Amino acid sequence: MGELVVEKHIKYIISIEKKKDDFASVVMEHLRLNGAYWGLTTLDVLGKLDAVDQDEVVPWIMQCQHESGGFGGNIGHDPHLLYTLSAIQVLALFDKTDVLDIEKVANYIASLQNEDGSFSGDIWGEIDTRFSYIAICSLALLQRLDKINVEKAVEYIVSCKNLDGGFGCTPGAESHAGQIFCCVGALAITGSLDHVDKDLLGWWLCERQVKSGGLNGRPEKLPDVCYSWWVLSSLIMIDRVHWIDKKKLVNFILDCQDKENGGISDRPDDAVDVFHTYFGVAGLSLLEYPGLKAIDPAYALPVDVVNKIFLTK
Amino acid sequence: MHGIPRKAPTQEERDGSSIKAAKLRDLQSQLLHFHYNKIYTKEAIEISAQLLESNPEHYTGWNYRKLAVQHLLDRHQENEVDSELPQSVLDEELRLVENALKRNFKAYGAWHHRKWVLSKGHSSPDRELRLLGKLQKLDSRNFHAWNYRRFITELKKIPDEDELQYTTDMIYDNFSNYSAWHNRSMLLSKLLEKRAKGYDKTENVLSEEFEFVRNALFTDPDDQSGWFYHLWLLGQTLKREPLVISSSPPHGSNLSLSIDNPDCQPSFSKIYHQSKERTFPLILYFSEAVVGVSSSTVTVEFDYDGGDGLIWHPLSANKLGFSQAWLAYIKYPHDSLESCHVKVTVAQFPGIISSSGMPCSQSCFISFTASVCSNNQEHSKVQTTHKISWNEENFKAHSTHPEDANLLASLCKLNITKENMPTTPMLCIETISNEIACSRELLSSSNCKIGKLILARLLVAHNTLMTYGCMDSITEAHYEEILALYHDLMKMDHAHIGYYEDEYSLVVMKQLTSNTESLLKLCGNYEELSLPSISSYTCVRLKGLSLSRVSCMEHLLWVQMLDLSHNKLRSIEGLEALQLLSCLKLSKNRFSSFTALEPLKMLKSLQVLDVSYNEIGAHSIDTRRYMCSSPLNSTTGSEWQLKRFAEEDADMKHFWDAYLLFKDLNLVQLDIVGNAVVDERLKAFLVKLMSALKWFDGESCH
Ligand SMILES: [Zn+2]
Repeated sequence: MGELVVEKHIKYIISIEKKKDDFASVVMEHLRLNGAYWGLTTLDVLGKLDAVDQDEVVPWIMQCQHESGGFGGNIGHDPHLLYTLSAIQVLALFDKTDVLDIEKVANYIASLQNEDGSFSGDIWGEIDTRFSYIAICSLALLQRLDKINVEKAVEYIVSCKNLDGGFGCTPGAESHAGQIFCCVGALAITGSLDHVDKDLLGWWLCERQVKSGGLNGRPEKLPDVCYSWWVLSSLIMIDRVHWIDKKKLVNFILDCQDKENGGISDRPDDAVDVFHTYFGVAGLSLLEYPGLKAIDPAYALPVDVVNKIFLTK
Repeated sequence: MHGIPRKAPTQEERDGSSIKAAKLRDLQSQLLHFHYNKIYTKEAIEISAQLLESNPEHYTGWNYRKLAVQHLLDRHQENEVDSELPQSVLDEELRLVENALKRNFKAYGAWHHRKWVLSKGHSSPDRELRLLGKLQKLDSRNFHAWNYRRFITELKKIPDEDELQYTTDMIYDNFSNYSAWHNRSMLLSKLLEKRAKGYDKTENVLSEEFEFVRNALFTDPDDQSGWFYHLWLLGQTLKREPLVISSSPPHGSNLSLSIDNPDCQPSFSKIYHQSKERTFPLILYFSEAVVGVSSSTVTVEFDYDGGDGLIWHPLSANKLGFSQAWLAYIKYPHDSLESCHVKVTVAQFPGIISSSGMPCSQSCFISFTASVCSNNQEHSKVQTTHKISWNEENFKAHSTHPEDANLLASLCKLNITKENMPTTPMLCIETISNEIACSRELLSSSNCKIGKLILARLLVAHNTLMTYGCMDSITEAHYEEILALYHDLMKMDHAHIGYYEDEYSLVVMKQLTSNTESLLKLCGNYEELSLPSISSYTCVRLKGLSLSRVSCMEHLLWVQMLDLSHNKLRSIEGLEALQLLSCLKLSKNRFSSFTALEPLKMLKSLQVLDVSYNEIGAHSIDTRRYMCSSPLNSTTGSEWQLKRFAEEDADMKHFWDAYLLFKDLNLVQLDIVGNAVVDERLKAFLVKLMSALKWFDGESCH
């Protein structure tokens, strides 16, 4: 238990860039842009974004852009919404969205909206409410929501609502905390949270907390640090976060730290990775852990970055 | 990475890993090369298969495969040779997907690739169902497999009844399968909607389902698989038509109207209303949120003027237009008038519909009298220049006057006669009563959390069915038993204490307000002793009750002054229905942001507000930020845009949440001391923003 080993985590994040040769990082090569978002957002929440040279990051991101306007997960990979959002988020962290041809990126995203309001992830047509969230979040950050039919997008998300109050990836699909975050986040950004039955969903979400204090993603599953984000941010957006024991969750996340080498894992004593390090730190930020920058539950970026875009720009 | 132990790798492992890594890197760079140069030779395609079998998440690899398949099929079509080719190409893809899924059951790209291959029309649904049977045995909770199953059953047009049986079998096999319960709820609600053969007796089906899930619940009370199914069933059982449950002015009341202040001592015998705009609010309160209240669904007749053309507004921030409370303004007659009758009829029109899609088909009739006394004395300024102190000695309790009991009863009651009282289906009450009995019995042998929670919910449901929102309609209402159950739950499941406190509060509110005797104990008159009698308010005090939520506004529509201090409130949704409210005390609660006070924006008559000693500004995370209208969720619209470039920009941006709350309120007195957010800058900002403000934190301003 104890406390967050901030310095160690910073060192860990920075070191990931350097060990590109082990199997784990080669397997992840196709989603390096997601990795950049997880790592850099963690650094910003820890107050150390300036440890990274943005003049190295920004040109690399732009090299991941495809002529269609979308971004691939790495140089040479096909464009996909999953990486387009990460690109926009990282540029927002550096306050550098002006390097983008916003019109072009927005057109790419808008072109993936289907007749029924849903979104495909890319030209190959996989449909999922994750992509609805990504499209809505990206366009909102670019202040181009007018490019899509928001009403239909919301309608489609609502059609994925289940009888337990949660949401699945397509109509009829089982509720899952990650999917719930996407749907609740998209509804939050579009001011449509009235579609959510907050008490019903809130009870389902708060029951994700298991005895160890950690959260799972579906009933009868193991707890996992990444759900500290998916469940917690959803509970916050619907104002039901007081239904869980925050202190126990803080301790669970702290228990998952590698206190020697930095980084956070899915469960205590498992191998760490950047994905869970981000979700652990972001979760602690949502839990108001002292010394961390506040993170926004809908846009998954630090509150100061979001406020700058929507309130003062 | 999931489930991989944290340990420093041995040298051997490290070597092994770097050999694997080098091999994979080689495959990946070859793939990107083939993809970029559109190379679809046999060798290239074979390499892509090797790659996807060792890294099924490589999405560009799957994209390459699709292009390669397309290429082969196109070439085949051009040459018209070897008619077996399309089948063998697609079979190869199906085989590859199976291998990839063996490595990673959760690879989105692999599942989608299979769907894509199927869309080419070369696999049989039976073959897919066989594969699914195999996979779902290995992992009965895999949601990709369940999604794929729904996709295939739709493709094959397998009847819902058959799939329902499949979930029954799965659950009998192992009831700890939330995925199966989920699918069951989807299928059953479709079947109930269709009222397909055998499902026309809804209650019958529901009571069978209750028994099915009850057995699962009490077999292993810690297993959550059936929990949410039970709650859903309960909701299905309670589904009913919305209806009007109260109004303001209430049925049978006398309304005394004046343009200034009434001259006489107010009491419950008459309701007074004053307005410079010469209007008074008419409120209809429904049993649940509805849409469709308009001059064509509600008829208002009065002697002195035609009632048509009334505009109805939902009293809720709900963007979809649903609201429990609906408001219309009625004009005063021009001259003094002795008792004029106003009749409100909510007719049996289709048109008023609840959020669950049920139409309101019970007609409802409300009538009251209004009289107008002209009053030449200029009193209206008096009350606004004196401070409301909320002192204890200024309250005059009403419970001491026996005659007030009757008057209050009339104030809170709606004219629901036997004829227009909707009948609750007997079967429904029987089902719930039976479940209550079973739960009690099972609880006596197993003291479990879910059992207690279910019993508490069943008892609340029973109350709802018996009362239908009316006051004093049941004598024995289980309140003590429900509250005791929640007390136990708070102790035995401390992690979720916040949830139980909220549920507890809702029951307490109901217990206090739905019974005349208990409500009378809370209400009285408030008069500032130092002031003329005209500043008297009908007041309700709900302080120090540990309330974390408010509800039951239907019983409080007439309240002018409300004390909710010393509770645990974080939000006040529902309070917007109290259109006569002038003074509100919310001090010493747990409000943590201005956004949490958003419902106040709809209280047009609110003049005195005390939110002192809360937690506004004390938290870095605002839990109401996305529930209210804000520039972050594009709901403040042009209003915010317009102001964006105004002079006082800096303050406005800094205090955007305070600005959006207070700009439309006509407060005369505000207390905000004791919140972390308060500083000189905020004070100056608010004083400038609210021109009518006279008292700020006890001190005179302006
Ligand atoms: Zn995880």
